[in-house]
Amino acid sequence: MSEPKLIYFDNNATTMTSPEVVEAMLPFFGQRYGNASSMYPFGGEVARELRNAREKVAAFLGCEPRELIFTSCGTESDNTAIWSALRTQPDRKHFVTSRVEHPAILSNLPLLRKQGYSVTEIGVDENGQILWDQYITALTPDTALASFLWANNETGVIFPIEKMAAAAAERGILFHTDAVQAAGKIPIDVSKTKIDFLAVSGHKFHAPKGVGLLYVRRGLKYTPFMLGGHQESGRRGGTENIPYIVGIGRAAELALTNLIDENIRVRALRDRLEKGLTSAISYTRVNGGSEDRVPNTTNISFEYIEGEAILLHLAAKGVCASSGSACTSGSLEPSHVLRAMGVPFTAAHGSIRLSLSIHNTEAEVDEVIRIFPPIIAKLRAMSPFWQGDGPAPENGMLTCETGACQVCA
Amino acid sequence: MWDYTEKVKEHFENPRNVGVVDRIDGDGQVGSLSCGDALRLTIKVNKANDCIEDARFQTFGCASAIASSSALTEMIIGQTLDEALKVSNQDIANYLGGLPKEKMHCSVLGREALEAAVANYRGLPLPLADSPIVCECFGVTEKEIDRVIRENKLTTLEDVTAYTKASGGCGRCTPQVEIILTRILKGVETAPPIIPTPSNGGTPKLTFLQKARLIEETIQNEIAPALMHDGGDIELVDIVGNEVQVTLKGACAACPSSKRTLADFVTEKLREQVSENITVKEVRP
Repeated sequence: MSEPKLIYFDNNATTMTSPEVVEAMLPFFGQRYGNASSMYPFGGEVARELRNAREKVAAFLGCEPRELIFTSCGTESDNTAIWSALRTQPDRKHFVTSRVEHPAILSNLPLLRKQGYSVTEIGVDENGQILWDQYITALTPDTALASFLWANNETGVIFPIEKMAAAAAERGILFHTDAVQAAGKIPIDVSKTKIDFLAVSGHKFHAPKGVGLLYVRRGLKYTPFMLGGHQESGRRGGTENIPYIVGIGRAAELALTNLIDENIRVRALRDRLEKGLTSAISYTRVNGGSEDRVPNTTNISFEYIEGEAILLHLAAKGVCASSGSACTSGSLEPSHVLRAMGVPFTAAHGSIRLSLSIHNTEAEVDEVIRIFPPIIAKLRAMSPFWQGDGPAPENGMLTCETGACQVCA
Repeated sequence: MWDYTEKVKEHFENPRNVGVVDRIDGDGQVGSLSCGDALRLTIKVNKANDCIEDARFQTFGCASAIASSSALTEMIIGQTLDEALKVSNQDIANYLGGLPKEKMHCSVLGREALEAAVANYRGLPLPLADSPIVCECFGVTEKEIDRVIRENKLTTLEDVTAYTKASGGCGRCTPQVEIILTRILKGVETAPPIIPTPSNGGTPKLTFLQKARLIEETIQNEIAPALMHDGGDIELVDIVGNEVQVTLKGACAACPSSKRTLADFVTEKLREQVSENITVKEVRP
């Protein structure tokens, strides 16, 4: 039996590096290996490419080139923003974020608390949308930084970041957004917002892994995370990763022109996929399926079965996707994002995220719609919680789904 | 991605003995939807020779949970009940050519389902249920943890979590799990129970009316608010001597595992506040 053709629907995990990007990078692995800081033309020409890349990214994000710092990844950008904001305002001891952030933010919280910061994690409603009143109430004169995902990596839900940043600015509070899942999917024009820091990762929009960006508003007090040489105007030590920076520059240029395609064609593909799956299969629910969502993502729960089992059957058919189930992550609990949204356990364990890109086709979508139903049927047929065409009547097994009691919570 | 053996993959792709046996003699159900894996094992027993004639499973869970259940049925069909009860979780894992450490709890689940099915057939209580719950997130009892540590010769907390899930949720029970582990590593066989029982004496003698009032107040002021916080509720139905009859309601009413925890909690509170002789009985509304 030949290997099935790969259908890559996991673009929120990473994307294919565009051939144009690879092509732009190649010379810098070969003949053009100079150091951008060197005094001779062999280095100076490379420095020019660094400037070009910065300009391309600035155009992509709507900022000035000097407001950008190249980093190694989105996580580094997030960490840099958080710790710069806190260290430059030592008198403020409060940090505001949400319950549905990426680990790049959440993993900082225990350390922050240990260092005496108080942390407020704002909840979300059942659509995954931020609880606005809670957010506003949390902003106090002691708040050093408010940090929120622009688009959620698991559900694609978009927070009203412009409005949130404005609310923070009105109160004299710095605002950081992790825009890793937003960049390349929705238009971003930082100059029109009150955002102070913004983090981006290259490999989520067809640049390679290993390069990220941090926008820091001009004039903002800043302290570097990575101490070293004078690179990036002294804001991030370490010799610039020229091939990758050239790559992210080219990817930004392409992403800017592809935004329309992303928002019309990819959105249509996503909607077709979502509709196709939810109408072909019973007992499904779209998690965070409102209009406020990036165009490429759908997160669907297939109730009464478990996500890892679905993923492995999909993988056998060549389909790449991911799941919020406990078993896939190596942790024992399902996605913190879905739980914060109040998705019941019957559905959280069976959640599948499908995330598309401009490289996907309608034929692939139709193939996935065809592949799914027998997989779901097979797993439900062996689920103790399923009987015939629907959930099994209570058979004594634990079906408590609220998660409200001590045992399940 | 998990590094599953070919045999795990094969059992996952083509699970054996899915379903329910045509005559249920023993029915073992373990795990829950909230925990992320659940297994129902039904067995048909030849009463003449005590042999398992047929075994079928239904599993909600990941690939290794499905493969472990499938393997278990293959292993026990044709065995006598006593032979089958000797199957350990390690035997199930070995049968599959091994499981990733993080997935060993799937083999433990299989073994517990088997024990539950046999206990159900024999009309006996669950062997490990008569023990305080240590991990509330996943409903793991002290005896379960103790046995898994001993049988699998576990030495680290991480291993205990991988095998039992205990302490893998909120983490509140981590110190207790560590106590159990240390106790076993140090070779202390008969240690005092880790969950303290209410102390005796010191309680003044109450008239029945005083006692009834105290029970009512304790339930109203201390127990009910705590349960409501977790989405449940409690109602005092009657008091007969030292037996307090209550109905548990709300989110937890359908959840046997939580019920047990709650009943323990209610009993403990009442004994603490009223008298050490109090027993709690749950009655239908």
